[in-house]
Amino acid sequence: MDDKNQMKTGGVNRRSMLKMGAAGSALLAGAPKMALAADEKKPIGNFPAGVEGDSVFIGLTLDITGPYSAQGADQQKGYELAIEQLNAGAEEIKKISPLTKKGVLGKTVKFGVADAETKPNTAVQAASRFIHDNKAMVISGSTSSAVAIALQKVCDRERTIYLPAISGSNETTGVDCQRYGFRLCYFAYTACKAIAPVLAKSLGKDRKAIYLVPDYTYGHTTYDSMVEFTEKEGWTTVGEQVHPLGAKDYSSFLINIANSGADTLVVIAYGADAANSIKQAKQFGLLEKMNIVVPYMSAFLEKEIGPEIMGGVYGATGFWWTLQDQYPIAKDFVTAFEKKYKAKPRDSAYIAYLTTALWADAVERAGTFYPPDVIKAYEAGEVRQGPVGDVSFRAEDHQGIINFPIVKGKKPADMQNPDDYFEIVEVVNGKEALPELGVLGCKLGPYI
Amino acid sequence: MSLFLSQLFNGLATGLLLALISTGLTIIYGTLGVVNFAHGALFVVGSYAGFTAYGMTDSFLIAIVAGSLVALVVGLIIERGLMRQYYGRPPEDQILVTFGIGIILVELVRSIYGGISLSIPTPEWGQGIAHIGSLVYPLYRLQALGIAAATLALLYYVLYRTSLGLIVRAGIEDAQMVNALGINVKRTFLLVFGIGAMAAGYAGVIDSPIVTLSPDMGHRILVDSFVVVVIGGVGSFPGAIVGGIIAGEILSLTSMFNPAYSHVMLFVVMALVLIFRPQGLMGQEGRE
Repeated sequence: MDDKNQMKTGGVNRRSMLKMGAAGSALLAGAPKMALAADEKKPIGNFPAGVEGDSVFIGLTLDITGPYSAQGADQQKGYELAIEQLNAGAEEIKKISPLTKKGVLGKTVKFGVADAETKPNTAVQAASRFIHDNKAMVISGSTSSAVAIALQKVCDRERTIYLPAISGSNETTGVDCQRYGFRLCYFAYTACKAIAPVLAKSLGKDRKAIYLVPDYTYGHTTYDSMVEFTEKEGWTTVGEQVHPLGAKDYSSFLINIANSGADTLVVIAYGADAANSIKQAKQFGLLEKMNIVVPYMSAFLEKEIGPEIMGGVYGATGFWWTLQDQYPIAKDFVTAFEKKYKAKPRDSAYIAYLTTALWADAVERAGTFYPPDVIKAYEAGEVRQGPVGDVSFRAEDHQGIINFPIVKGKKPADMQNPDDYFEIVEVVNGKEALPELGVLGCKLGPYI
Repeated sequence: MSLFLSQLFNGLATGLLLALISTGLTIIYGTLGVVNFAHGALFVVGSYAGFTAYGMTDSFLIAIVAGSLVALVVGLIIERGLMRQYYGRPPEDQILVTFGIGIILVELVRSIYGGISLSIPTPEWGQGIAHIGSLVYPLYRLQALGIAAATLALLYYVLYRTSLGLIVRAGIEDAQMVNALGINVKRTFLLVFGIGAMAAGYAGVIDSPIVTLSPDMGHRILVDSFVVVVIGGVGSFPGAIVGGIIAGEILSLTSMFNPAYSHVMLFVVMALVLIFRPQGLMGQEGRE
């Protein structure tokens, strides 16, 4: 193929031709705005077909069933709130996306929800339907990183922007990063880097840790990061118990853990798996001998296992509602969410909400839905004010730079109200928690 | 060495629980010849009904009764409303219809209770920890072992040592003839399907102080039950017990060496059984 191109263009291959073209248009860019610009944008993905009407479609691939279904349902609420506020031109969302007037570039945002079932295959089929049948301009939503990574690959191929919601694996913006994917959420590396010093300070430096690890990309990369950062603090790693996603009975793993001589149990299990394994660890009497740590804590875990067990447990999470006491935009978000859903939002709803708001902001800044321009608007690194302070994206790996809290479970007696499960130990500076560029092996592909 | 003994014991305890969980599937298949893919869903229905009853009464015994009864009623409705039309149809049709019923039941549970994991606490008489040598084991898991054994014995007796069992088995061989003898085969089939469903619901409540409840737990129950039944011998009661214990031991002992492979080994053993003894360890050849 390359040979053919070279012959046709007389020794100049297609890529360098494109580069020359790009250089040429860069020169022209200095000229006054050209009426021709829009016409020059060749169709790509669903552009322009997806934005010819007066609305634009977002396809939401959410884990409505499977072990992460509680988080999926919460995400849906976050998306719906953001879309409602965008379409109404609400003041709350304008604080995050200041160029927003009503809708996005004047178009009403419409959306569809599909169940990804916590399975990559199902998620990919759902996304393909959204892209081909609904002319979606954006696909968003995930809880499992296996789902997020699969969707990111497919959407990149389809030249459709994909925005994961929750995805904890290092690989999402590491070796599996894509030009068309942007992950806002905190993840394994940042969570572990931030929580390790806090743990060393509160539990001591001479700890022996054993891990409960779900058997897929999120579990393995979180294990790697947690080992790296806790060992820097002087901890010893005793071993890991790898379990299948959605496991029900943890007895054999727990007996191994009880016999391991470890004094700290690091639960990397997420969602229903985390609740299930911790409940069973208590039955085996492990919690009396060991401290539990949850470096990447799933929404609702506190509610699922109750404050008797969660009291004293340290974890990193994307958001906790009492941050509203420190941040006015967090208060806006919690208030609007509570008004609509009569419940406090969790981090899954928060990430979904903010992801949508920041997409609207990127499109407004680009002034077009043309995907390469929207991507460049993201990559410009414009810092916006989110519910937990400064938020932006890193151009080189498309990782969100976002602050997040480390929390500690409150004992039942210390709870001021039924939703007061956690105290905020610290708010981690998202920028400082990020890995240095290149550490996780991201290489972004082409725009077109 | 003590770890080996601990895991050996845990294999037995887990195995009998697996056997209990699989009984509903064995009863319906062993007597009616229907592979009930709604088995996991009936387990879910039973445990959530138990959860609600526990929430209202704080009594685990009432939870067990409620969970069993609700599953029984649901089972009866399924049999009268749908399954009856499918006894003479090919197995694929039966699989599809029970699978569909399972999805509907699970989604109904999800629409009522949501996706968040729920918990039934351990009953008062089961709280605490038992020390067996160097092994520390939850007291309730030990009691569940006994409950499982007793239940299996009772069900075996009813279905295989009473005239009801005889009628059911005769009915499968030749329903018309049994009808001609003045016995209402339809009613017997209804009863058996109901008992199978009830066993699933009952197991759901017995299991619920150990695990957390989520609408999706039925999938794993269904898969585990299948493995147990295939290893032990489809439709064989002693087979379900043997299959359960073997499955429990595989999970426990493999996890000593490599936890990541414990579930893989389970399927490896199942595949080996299917290759060398397709009817299962205790199953009869030619039984469909």
